[in-house]
Amino acid sequence: MRNIIVRVIARVIIPFIQLYGFYVVFHGHLSPGGGFAGGTIIAASLILYVLAFGLVAEEKRVPERIAQIIESLGAIVYVVIGLVGVLVGAQFLGNKIAGFPLGVPGRILSSGSILILTIAIGFKVASTMITLFNHLIEDEKEG
Amino acid sequence: MKNFVGFVVLVVIGVMLLLVVQEMPTFGDINNPVHNEVAERYLEDAVKDTGALNAVSAIITDYRAFDTLGEITVLLTAIAALLAVLRS
Repeated sequence: MRNIIVRVIARVIIPFIQLYGFYVVFHGHLSPGGGFAGGTIIAASLILYVLAFGLVAEEKRVPERIAQIIESLGAIVYVVIGLVGVLVGAQFLGNKIAGFPLGVPGRILSSGSILILTIAIGFKVASTMITLFNHLIEDEKEG
Repeated sequence: MKNFVGFVVLVVIGVMLLLVVQEMPTFGDINNPVHNEVAERYLEDAVKDTGALNAVSAIITDYRAFDTLGEITVLLTAIAALLAVLRS
């Protein structure tokens, strides 16, 4: 896989894949997509990086420790946002009822907790996918 | 003898299951109990309730956010199991 064509094309195409992934995550409440789909696209760009440049180079860009922290942070943010609803006296994971500002429908910064939860899901799915992939191909590591 | 008893029990259970299937609502019928006001309400009030234009997002991260928390837990469990098994 250390082909020069693969490396050049990957270097060109990875920023666009990541930009599209972030677009899908941050527009999860406006257009088709959301945390799971966008997180998978971001992870796909990192997987392409591993395939083109090798696991060692990828570990320098996204250390395993950072991926695990992002992973845990995604779940913690989700639960904390849910507990905000309990703290203000509404139900767990409440949105409008828990006092999150809904904003103008159609703007990016709208829909209260949905945007925060979507971003948390997106980062969590991305870090899960890349950690899974890295550990599964670790056995075949060659220089 | 044992086989015969098992055969009779299986036949009885099978007949009962077939009878229950007869009572099931017709697939895709508009008057089925599953076609109630819930789906209509989600589609009509999603923007007012959640401020999200994407009704699917409104359902999975607002109306059914607890279910999504379960999905996240599945991911967390998968990665924990993987790290426990594969890390040398």
